[in-house]
Amino acid sequence: MTKLLEVNGLGKRFGGLQAVADLSLSIAEREIVGLIGPNGAGKSTAFDLINGVRAPDQGRVVLRGEDITGMAPYDVVHRGIARTHQIVQPLATMSVLENCIVGACFGRDDLPLRQAEDVAREVAGFLGLTERLGEPAGQLTIGGKKRLELARALCARPSLLLLDEVLAGLNPTEVQRMIGLIREIRDRGVAILMIEHLMQAIMGLSDRIVVLSSGRMLAEGTPAEVAANPAVIEAYLGDASLAAKLHERA
Amino acid sequence: MMRALRRPTLWLIVAVTLVFALLPLLRNDVALREGLLLAAVYVILATNVNLMIGYAGYVNFGNVVFFGLGGYACVWLVNSHAWPLVAAALFAGALVSLVAFLFGLGILKLRGAYFALATIGVNEGVKAFVANFTPWGGSAGIYLSIEAYQPLGGPARALWTIYFLMVLVMLLSLLASYGIKNAKFGLGLRAIGQNEDAAMVLGVPTRRYKALIYSASAFLPAMAGALFFFKSAFIQPDDAFDLALSTEAIVAVMLGGQGTLVGPALGAVFYEEMRSTLLTAQAFSHFQLVIAGALLLLIVQFVPGGLMGWLYRRWPCMRRILE
Amino acid sequence: MFGILASIVDGVLVGSVYGLAAMGLTLIWGVMDVINLSHGAMIVAGMFGLFYLVALGLPAYAALLPVLVAGFAVGVGLYWISVHRMIGRPPLMSLLATFAVNMVLIGLGTALWGTVLFNVPVALPGVGWKGYTFTGTHIMAAVVTALIAGLLYLFLYRTRLGKAIRAVAGNREAAELNGIPTTQVLALAFGLGIALACISGALIATLFPFTVLSGTAYQLKSFVVTVLGGLGNPAGALLGGIALGLLEGLLTPFMPVSWTTIVEFVVFVIVLIAFPRGLFGFLRHARSR
Repeated sequence: MTKLLEVNGLGKRFGGLQAVADLSLSIAEREIVGLIGPNGAGKSTAFDLINGVRAPDQGRVVLRGEDITGMAPYDVVHRGIARTHQIVQPLATMSVLENCIVGACFGRDDLPLRQAEDVAREVAGFLGLTERLGEPAGQLTIGGKKRLELARALCARPSLLLLDEVLAGLNPTEVQRMIGLIREIRDRGVAILMIEHLMQAIMGLSDRIVVLSSGRMLAEGTPAEVAANPAVIEAYLGDASLAAKLHERA
Repeated sequence: MMRALRRPTLWLIVAVTLVFALLPLLRNDVALREGLLLAAVYVILATNVNLMIGYAGYVNFGNVVFFGLGGYACVWLVNSHAWPLVAAALFAGALVSLVAFLFGLGILKLRGAYFALATIGVNEGVKAFVANFTPWGGSAGIYLSIEAYQPLGGPARALWTIYFLMVLVMLLSLLASYGIKNAKFGLGLRAIGQNEDAAMVLGVPTRRYKALIYSASAFLPAMAGALFFFKSAFIQPDDAFDLALSTEAIVAVMLGGQGTLVGPALGAVFYEEMRSTLLTAQAFSHFQLVIAGALLLLIVQFVPGGLMGWLYRRWPCMRRILE
Repeated sequence: MFGILASIVDGVLVGSVYGLAAMGLTLIWGVMDVINLSHGAMIVAGMFGLFYLVALGLPAYAALLPVLVAGFAVGVGLYWISVHRMIGRPPLMSLLATFAVNMVLIGLGTALWGTVLFNVPVALPGVGWKGYTFTGTHIMAAVVTALIAGLLYLFLYRTRLGKAIRAVAGNREAAELNGIPTTQVLALAFGLGIALACISGALIATLFPFTVLSGTAYQLKSFVVTVLGGLGNPAGALLGGIALGLLEGLLTPFMPVSWTTIVEFVVFVIVLIAFPRGLFGFLRHARSR
């Protein structure tokens, strides 16, 4: 499979804190890669470095062979990477439809308003937001806002979607619905790199998992491989032998 | 185009412009004309500063700098180089927008309040510079000789021509506001105004858009300044770069409802009426600032959406009808 | 050579008063994230306060105390009238609110006093050195500034109230959760900031003549100093003021006075764009791409 995204040796320091160190990973077309790790492991920072919100101190980000390291976020979107945020950022007083149109207008293709609206309506329908199109985005429920965040990103027609804890704050029904949507998105041809804390969900969705701890990659592999990795277990539970004992008992 | 013709706001703009143009002409009322000229200036300033405040969310406190620079460029070209008025005004507009664009790329790196402060600094800096700039008359200013009005058929006729040109600039301001709001550019600007970081991540080219709107918001006020000071036949730094005028434009925008189209224009007309009533009623020179200040304080604290904001809340259908 | 040195020393003396003015601005900015655009008006208020107290017969330096106290009271009042409802709202709103207050005050001022030049005559012997005289009032102003700065430091770092203010400045929610009555603290901090503005105005009145409109120039200076010294950093403000005074001292022998505004504006914008953290401190969310 062709490499869609290649990240090499990314590093970022904030004052005294090395947020990300020597991070390398790659994502192929239509792959779902899960990014997990304890809080403060540098996952969201890694996203920032990939989509241009922050420029890395070291390392390169290559998308389809093009070096996009340090490019401004709006240029990165035009290259085909869209992103959602952990804390949702709706354009609150604008309507749901307008939010999506923004995503479509300024996404990968430079669409005129009319076409962007068509794309927006289609994507909104796909995500079940059609009844809410006229509402101000700020008035949606948290589940609705999360779906809007995802819709906006999809409207950009990305080839790679960065999802930052898109399941956080959702009730079990909404989680199941979102998981189904993510699978459908992948089936439509979009690769996904997702940060998630909901273990069952991410283990079930991902083709591969990358584990970060203290800014460094701890492990990489299929979900099964990663789950059995003692270093990973230690990072999460703090004591590998205890984890083994718990595992045996279960 | 056909779809546009069905929008009520567009008809309203045309109607208002016709009233401005025809009323003083048909009644041959010079006093009315003078009053409406001033009102038109306020509408132009308010509508254009609204592009920054209401659309992009950046408060340009020093917006009068465009007005003043436009005035200076035009008066100087007419006085020292005998340019015809319309050419001088257009050139002034273009020059000021270009300077604004270049300047904008720099100061638009600043966010929110820091940008607002920097614009005050820009205005004060330009005022101090012009006051020391001898080719432009320094602190004494430039007096326009009466010959300048000859190409326009003498002073009396010239004043009418200037008036109609000003009404035209007002029409262009309103149309530009309308056009931008309903275009992709306007959508991107509003996204920036809502949440600039989110807009960046959504692909809005924020740096370019901000510089463009800053520059665009300079063009017509510069032309208005050109016409206004040509008419006054005299320009000097304190009048040209009067921060009070800048802030009155902002008060008008907040009064009428920032981010809307009709709001700033309404606010401008209302404010100008109030101001001229006060000026004739009281002998105090700067009392209108006290009223304007008190009004702004009340609006910001209790009715931040202005008149249109209140209207939209009361009758939501008005959102579609009066933009 | 000594002429320039004398000019620099004088600049430092006067600059310390700029620093005092900026301390009020940076305190308010740092504690409640409000940029007080009525700062200049309050400086002018301090100037007029001194003028009238001296006219009533009080010696100039004794009149400083009532100006300080009155400034504080007015500041607390202004907080409730214009700032209280703006806390937590977008910064544009508090900017407009304080600006509105400025409009009202300056409008009233010009209505009452026009643009007449006022002067407070203060007789103080100068200090001579190598043929140059350092004006007594300038020296005294610097001394008073140092005194007030010292008192402010003691207040902020050695009293419970001062600690509360610093806590609210650091993290308002956390302070609230710890039982600190944040609203009262904010009102207090605002009053303090205004008091500093007023007293710096009074001190400036002992140095130079003034009009109702003098506030704008000193407000710009205060902003330059505040961004130089870093937000919310009173020590930085004092140092920044001295730095600005130094710059003025260096320039005035070579440049007409009216050019100072231009230079200050250029410094202001450059510092904002190139040094978002100021020379000594932090600046939150100042920059974008």
